[in-house]
Amino acid sequence: MKTKLINQSNCRPVITEPGNSALLKTGTWRTLEPVLNKEHCINCLLCWLYCPDMSVIVRDGKVEGFDMDYCKGCGICALECHGKKGEKAILMRKEEKE
Amino acid sequence: MTTSLKLKDLSKKEMLLAPGHRMCQGCGAAIVVKMVLLAIDKPVVACSPTGCLEVTTCISDYTAWKIPWIHSAFENAAATMAGVETMYRALKKRGKISQDISFVVFAGDGGTYDIGLQSLSGAMERGHDMLYICYDNGAYMNTGTQRSGATPFGASTTTSPAGSSVPGKMQHRKDITRIMAAHNIPYVAQASPSHHLDLMRKIQKAMSISGPKFINILSPCHRGWRSKSDDAIALSRLAVNTCYWPLFEMDNGKTQLTHTPKEKLPLKDFLRPQGRFAHLFRPENEWIIEQSQTQIDADWNAMIGAGAGASGVIEE
Amino acid sequence: MKKMTAVTGNEALAEALRQINPDVCAAYPITPQTDMMQRFSDFVADGLVDTELMLVESEHSAMSACIGASAGGGRVATATSGPGLALMWEMLYVASGMRCPIVMPVINRALSAPLNIHCDHSDAMGARDSGWIQLWSENAQEAYDNLIMAFRIAEHADIRLPVMVCMDGFIISHSLGVMEFLADDVVRKFVGDFTPQDALLDIGRPVSYGPLIVTDQYHEYKKAQNDIMSSVFDVAADVATAFENISGRHYGLFETYKLEDAEIGIVVLNSAAGTCKDMIDEAREDGVKIGLLKPRLFRPFPYGPIGDALEHLKVICVLDRSDSFGAFAPLFSEIAASLYPRANRPFLINRIYGLGGRDFMPEHVASVINEMIEITGHKTTVLPKKYISLRQ
Repeated sequence: MKTKLINQSNCRPVITEPGNSALLKTGTWRTLEPVLNKEHCINCLLCWLYCPDMSVIVRDGKVEGFDMDYCKGCGICALECHGKKGEKAILMRKEEKE
Repeated sequence: MTTSLKLKDLSKKEMLLAPGHRMCQGCGAAIVVKMVLLAIDKPVVACSPTGCLEVTTCISDYTAWKIPWIHSAFENAAATMAGVETMYRALKKRGKISQDISFVVFAGDGGTYDIGLQSLSGAMERGHDMLYICYDNGAYMNTGTQRSGATPFGASTTTSPAGSSVPGKMQHRKDITRIMAAHNIPYVAQASPSHHLDLMRKIQKAMSISGPKFINILSPCHRGWRSKSDDAIALSRLAVNTCYWPLFEMDNGKTQLTHTPKEKLPLKDFLRPQGRFAHLFRPENEWIIEQSQTQIDADWNAMIGAGAGASGVIEE
Repeated sequence: MKKMTAVTGNEALAEALRQINPDVCAAYPITPQTDMMQRFSDFVADGLVDTELMLVESEHSAMSACIGASAGGGRVATATSGPGLALMWEMLYVASGMRCPIVMPVINRALSAPLNIHCDHSDAMGARDSGWIQLWSENAQEAYDNLIMAFRIAEHADIRLPVMVCMDGFIISHSLGVMEFLADDVVRKFVGDFTPQDALLDIGRPVSYGPLIVTDQYHEYKKAQNDIMSSVFDVAADVATAFENISGRHYGLFETYKLEDAEIGIVVLNSAAGTCKDMIDEAREDGVKIGLLKPRLFRPFPYGPIGDALEHLKVICVLDRSDSFGAFAPLFSEIAASLYPRANRPFLINRIYGLGGRDFMPEHVASVINEMIEITGHKTTVLPKKYISLRQ
């Protein structure tokens, strides 16, 4: 995490760039990764709602995948996934690190 | 016009808490904050006391907040927010601000039940227009799971460890929700992220009322609860369905359950997955579970007996 | 023609706050400050100000609310005394660290235990390292003038730091003195409009106040705070010049009295300086070359100019109305530090007076003057630190 040098002119503990934490990629914390199988997805969007890291990508009401820059691999999305006919649309698997 | 709570509609809203925050993986508090912000559809200023949420969302030059947000110290979130809200009224009166702005505090149980209680009580008594949300994870999680006034009976924490002569915390939780209700503020409620519609409706209701509002929201912490990283929603659901964490609201003093479990589960179902209660399943400690169950049953029956039965069960 | 009025110190400060009409005041009652905020509450009740007055449940919440209100983007004031200031202690550092230009009269009072409501300077001295600017006042006139100047200093674009204006409890706060008020429009014009910086209530430009700062930046934050404090000298001097233009009253960073040709001198803060000046006049009539230095700006402390003003003396008695148990008292330590780099160092003694409101009488000044005369004539060896006016 690169931080600015503090001096007399910027000595104010105030951050003026809202949401700039997005520059910090928490995906590196992950050991397990979610895998989406769209065939089993009913787009209930609960995974999107429950994700603590805003990492479920939804477009036009449909789950498109995961933002791996931020996903910490907690697995809530997979555990809570209803899926279709008893088949979960999200499963966790060990991530292959390069 | 309040925002539709259909997830398809909500998924189009801008998320006001950015990713890249440093909350632990699977953190319940992060989910709670996200749900609250999704339900709010007015310009809002937030405040947090020192704690998990604060240190993980605003560090060095980085903030996860896309709304104005302030942290000043641990024991004074309500007073700090009251100051902001009062300045808002002052500047509005003097014609320097024209927009309508709402005020929300996100505080943990340590900053609410314990060290922040005086500040909170004062702000509620003075009638500041703010919604105070307690994300209750039942201990001082930021500093490594020390017992708080919110820690449940029998739980093992780092300062109430289950040892050979003392089996965990030997005091019951403070009933903060009712303490807040005793301030005769217009709206008090208890919610759980497992029941997101109920939670978000309560937020919207609170935001529609002027004056002080208090909502206590269960916020699982798998680090302190010694459970799994994926079970924040599952455990909060069990908390509701065992009636450990009843969902109710007190609207101008009238208590109303907002959800009745289809089948009231035994407390053990909530306790068993959590390592902080593992010692209670040893024969010599079972009395603790029995006593807790008796207490929960009595509280639940009292609530039903007082006519607080659910008028409309919200299906999730 | 000047219109002189007889008022108490608390009345004078309440009047300044009425004229300034801050956006928000948060306060909690504590003796001897109470009577000032009661007067201000009357102004609110009678519509003479439209300040939002927050009557909070503790001084801790008063300062917390002031921080929130100041971050919100407006002008903020509060006031306190003794234990109230002590209860604010944690938040004093937050106010300065967050660069909140809050202005606070401190009506000096002793700290418990034992419980005592009367004047000494233990409260403000305990807060001297909190990053607040401190202005000290001998009487109601100085307190009134300092309070008006405090807003200009605190809110200066290069400063943006909180200021406490110290005035002796009861001795000044509750005693009648003669002083001159400025006209309302003159005060309002002098203080000017508040200019917000990074206002939390600017909803179109969201900012986050109060991040966690770890080891890679905290050290620099504190160094920068020190640098900003060091630039207060010039700003305080400029504000004093501007104030002289509207009032005719001159203020330096400190005041000297008959010091230029003096051989011995007294250094003292606040109201006791008045008694000392009277006794200096008497001693001068007897041919004693004595003078006085009274610091006005105690934080930041003008070591260089004060050293310049004192170094020609042979003996100095520093009178402290607070103590550091088992050590020299705060004012003495600063005077010693001012003089240490000098080639010719005056002989210094530290005398503790007036704790918990103990009367400080002309004969006490006479005794320290005699002591200094004896030291000058090498007639005695003395303890560097002693208590005066002890009951025998």
